[in-house]
Amino acid sequence: MAASEGPKAGWLARLKAGLGRSSARLSQGIAALLVRRRLDAATLEELEELLISADLGAATAARLVADLARGRFEREVTPEEVKEALAEAVARILAPHAVALRPDPARKPFAILVVGVNGSGKTTTIGKLAKRFREEGRSVMLAAGDTFRAAAVEQLKVWGERTAAPVIAREPGADAAGLAFAALAEARARGIDVLLIDTAGRLQNKADLMAELAKIVRVLKKQDPEAPHAALLVLDATVGQNAHAQVEVFRDMTGISGLVVTKLDGTAKGGVVVALAERFGLPIHAVGVGEGADDLRPFDARAFARNLMGLDA
Amino acid sequence: MFESLSGKLGGVFDRLRRRGSLSEADVAAALREVRIALLEADVALPVVKDFIERVRERAVGEEVLRSVTPGQQVVKIVHDHLTETLGPAAEGLNLDAPAPAVILMVGLQGSGKTTTTAKLGRMLAQRQRRKVLMASLDVRRAAAQEQLAQLGAQAGIAVLPVVAGEGPLAIAGRALDAGRREGYDLVLLDTAGRLHIDDELMAEAKALAVRTRPVETLLVADALTGQDAVNVARAFNDRVGITGIVLTRVDGDARGGAALSMKAVTGRPIKLIGVGEKLDALEAFHPDRIAGRILGMGDVVGLVERAAEQIDRDEAERLARKVQKGGLDLEDLLGQIRQIGRMGGMEGLLAHLPGVAKIKSRLADARIDSRALKHQEAIILSMTPAERRRPEIIKASRKRRIAAGAGVGVPEVNRLLKQFSDMSRMMKRVTEMEKKGLLRRGLERLMPPGR
Ligand SMILES: Nc1nc2c(ncn2[C@@H]2O[C@H](COP(=O)(O)OP(=O)(O)OP(=O)(O)O)[C@@H](O)[C@H]2O)c(=O)[nH]1
Ligand SMILES: [Mg+2]
Repeated sequence: MAASEGPKAGWLARLKAGLGRSSARLSQGIAALLVRRRLDAATLEELEELLISADLGAATAARLVADLARGRFEREVTPEEVKEALAEAVARILAPHAVALRPDPARKPFAILVVGVNGSGKTTTIGKLAKRFREEGRSVMLAAGDTFRAAAVEQLKVWGERTAAPVIAREPGADAAGLAFAALAEARARGIDVLLIDTAGRLQNKADLMAELAKIVRVLKKQDPEAPHAALLVLDATVGQNAHAQVEVFRDMTGISGLVVTKLDGTAKGGVVVALAERFGLPIHAVGVGEGADDLRPFDARAFARNLMGLDA
Repeated sequence: MFESLSGKLGGVFDRLRRRGSLSEADVAAALREVRIALLEADVALPVVKDFIERVRERAVGEEVLRSVTPGQQVVKIVHDHLTETLGPAAEGLNLDAPAPAVILMVGLQGSGKTTTTAKLGRMLAQRQRRKVLMASLDVRRAAAQEQLAQLGAQAGIAVLPVVAGEGPLAIAGRALDAGRREGYDLVLLDTAGRLHIDDELMAEAKALAVRTRPVETLLVADALTGQDAVNVARAFNDRVGITGIVLTRVDGDARGGAALSMKAVTGRPIKLIGVGEKLDALEAFHPDRIAGRILGMGDVVGLVERAAEQIDRDEAERLARKVQKGGLDLEDLLGQIRQIGRMGGMEGLLAHLPGVAKIKSRLADARIDSRALKHQEAIILSMTPAERRRPEIIKASRKRRIAAGAGVGVPEVNRLLKQFSDMSRMMKRVTEMEKKGLLRRGLERLMPPGR
């Protein structure tokens, strides 16, 4: 989805500003660490810690640092060299996972289920995606599958108005699977291109709530065995190592097809994504860099990696 | 991920399977793994480093309990220090202010402010019978005001009616007016989520705090947060000024290291935890539970605790027998002094005699100065075995020699001897009373009056 849009003036700078802020400390740390030193064992250990402090996790950090050490151990290295090398390594890991989300026009509707823990940014991401798909000339329908949280329906309706997309909703407390089923039927009847299905936030260790999610998927498949055509897990960039458990369980219950990382406009680095990409091999479709409808960006592996290390894109 | 970590720690324990006191190498090896454990639990790196150094100081030289390994002993020390750092337990909200007292809720987007506001309103209305008014100042997120209105209706708590187009400061002013006019005890202000680096919105939060003079400004933060927790907590504390933290989504399975990060960098207590989506799912904070979870080594901690208890019990019985024979000596006091650093010494011992729970808590109030303990230990170590067995032979010249040997003054030697005779006397009384079956009623009178 990157290519079609092209970098509008400003957004790249904004993304960089967001990522840059978050990586400033990391990059300072690396610089301070290496400016006068050989790449010895102690330095490597500190480097590893720095990566951990960017939420990359101990295992990934250890591997990246081991890769870095190979061939460079005990040699004089500059901070710039180390950053470049680490950025390259991260970009290499991420590159195969930077895959745009392109609704297949042959599916009418192309049904996208959006899931995640509470407050991760699901509803906002749906609003942003709706905006983008509408701009691409597709017809979009929203399904208010969060029938639990107070005013969740009203929130989605606001996004429906902003993006001129119809919203299918039921009374609070209604069965979410039933609503999703009805929305799919309605979208099909109306020849809608993309159906975005919101769901209530839920912690992945709540078996009953996860079973409910599995039921939504089951019910959709009764109508269309291929549905949902995409299932997005929305991850908040501030999340730490618990993201592993989130991906694992949501994937098992709904068959996640890709990730969206939100709130990268803060200082959180979202570094756990690197480990997630490696471990689960899932596409990362987009990143959220603000609360507005336009604050969704394609995921760019190189930019993400270089920004993480405090390097110019 | 965590399994492999336990495995690694197991390896460390095996390598260190020696007895005696913890050497620097023992501690260093165990702490390397503990550091990784804390990082995996999302404790922020600067906090981890600082924490590890403190534990190192505390652990080196400590005696390893029978039946546990040095590594396990270190884990127990880490756990105790973690609990202390996270604590104290369950600090209540400070609501001492002329009505209406204001509670301001702040935090990042999606951290759980609105739900927490409603939970808190409900808790204060139901448990403390306060008259509560809630107001949403979130004019940014779609339907945020509607969300609080619905939650208020569910919980039976008044919510300030929404006036379209009004800004956060104006809403806050109106809420305060309504609070005063309509006789509310408390006004809870839910604010829009904001990034801690958003200058404009942080300035707005500060302006709200200045305008409404809250008794409590609570940072609502997600237990799933990673390394960024330090930046967030520090910024909110520096720029808005927080009085406490509410940790949400503790019902998830995150290890919750953010709790330690935020407490450590702000010094502000964690006052409450959110443990579910329902409005009654708000609880007091228990440092030991979160500590166990962050460390993820509850079984090791339990093992060491049981071992310590067993030793306490053995020691209590041994002392009781000795006291009955009238033969308590300074070796016993030395043992006590060494034990104090570990588990509260006399207090720990007494806990195993019947009927002393109240005394125990009073003893816990007395602050123990670890430097004084070191001095006392040195004094006894400067004595000859004969002196330790029969302290009554220690007269002026022996005192001078002992003081010089321990690098302290004679008054300190005198104080120690006095402490010893007090202890002997008390132990004798305890055992006599136990014989007479008076213990349950009478023991409290033996103790110095509490503060
Ligand atoms: N700064 C920033 N805020 C975001 C971003 N995405 C979402 N948010 C905000 O995060 C908060 C939660 O977003 P929602 O979209 O309501 O999250 P949700 O996952 O639908 O939440 P629940 O339905 O309550 O589980 C809102 O205040 C959003 O405005 C982002 O990329 N950056
Ligand atoms: Mg939502």
